[in-house]
Amino acid sequence: MKNKKLTKKTANKRPKQGIRLWVQILFAALTNGYVNGFIQSKIYTGPTKALCVPGLNCYSCPGALGACPIGSLQAVIGSRNYQFSFYIIGFLMAVGALIGRVVCGFLCPFGLVQDLLHRIPVPKIKKLPGEKYLRYLKYVILVVFVLLLPMFAVNIIGQGDPWFCKWICPSGTLLGGIPLVAGNPDLQAAVGWLFDWKVFLLVSVVVLSMFVYRPFCKFLCPLGAVYGVFNPISLYHLRLDEEKCVDCGICKKTCKMGIDPRKTPNSPECIRCGDCVRACPTEALTKSFGIGKKAAAASCTGSCASCAGSCAGNSAPKEGHKN
Amino acid sequence: MAERRRYYMGIACFVMGLASVGLGLLREEHLTVLKKAAAICLECIGIG
Repeated sequence: MKNKKLTKKTANKRPKQGIRLWVQILFAALTNGYVNGFIQSKIYTGPTKALCVPGLNCYSCPGALGACPIGSLQAVIGSRNYQFSFYIIGFLMAVGALIGRVVCGFLCPFGLVQDLLHRIPVPKIKKLPGEKYLRYLKYVILVVFVLLLPMFAVNIIGQGDPWFCKWICPSGTLLGGIPLVAGNPDLQAAVGWLFDWKVFLLVSVVVLSMFVYRPFCKFLCPLGAVYGVFNPISLYHLRLDEEKCVDCGICKKTCKMGIDPRKTPNSPECIRCGDCVRACPTEALTKSFGIGKKAAAASCTGSCASCAGSCAGNSAPKEGHKN
Repeated sequence: MAERRRYYMGIACFVMGLASVGLGLLREEHLTVLKKAAAICLECIGIG
């Protein structure tokens, strides 16, 4: 009876799936809150534009209040004054080490767009042919289009183009290009084949997103690649309790990013959506911040006895404690 | 042990990241970001 109560209590503590969607919507609205921009087809030019937002949020979106870290990185290393950006690399390191790809799951507006598109009821494709190799494409894009080309392919005055933004980024087309061009006749007159190419890429990603879960995040996003590198060491992480795991495989079946959380709970591909944690019938998978409870218990010296004192004599000390 | 190592690596990266942001601010990199982000980026929107 007591065990049943405990299980119910713990299950109630699990965040429901809908919370993530609301966090995504709220964060996208907060960081793109310059409503005047959408009305007048112009962008915000205030001082907060010097600060980066964590997700792939084009700074030419009419509502954007902050700067896209990938666009900013290309702008700094492509400028005449700098060859390296401590500001942006440091920002990516700090955010990555703190929460990893939680950004992709909760704080990226283009992730939200793909999530919504995937809700459209069409047949879903769980895995694309060659997906294992396609996942490496985002690292190639990061190195070539975000770092090397803006750094070395410079013009006569030493300035490099933002190659990723210019040739690939569908987020910029959707959040910046289309709203600005739609309301600005001067920009409409300047539209050419580059805009057509970017709209083609955007439409491809949009259509694919209906059938495949987050194709841009899986295969193309350089920001996801950066945060993914930090996933295995980020302070916010998933923990698998092997003693509780019954190897049922429900977590693997639930994961839309194609990960097996039993093998790699902190895989670079994990966007921390929490679906596997909610699906686990034995609560073997848990979200944790900082050092896990189990590791803390393992470091018990067995001499302080504070756990026994604080439980008011109703229960035995935690497993792993020696007193 | 692996859990502790992961934890300390996370902390080290976070602190290094913050220090790096500070260094970037001293080098006034944020002004380059502001200059770029406060004007319509023609490349980003597909004009070229």
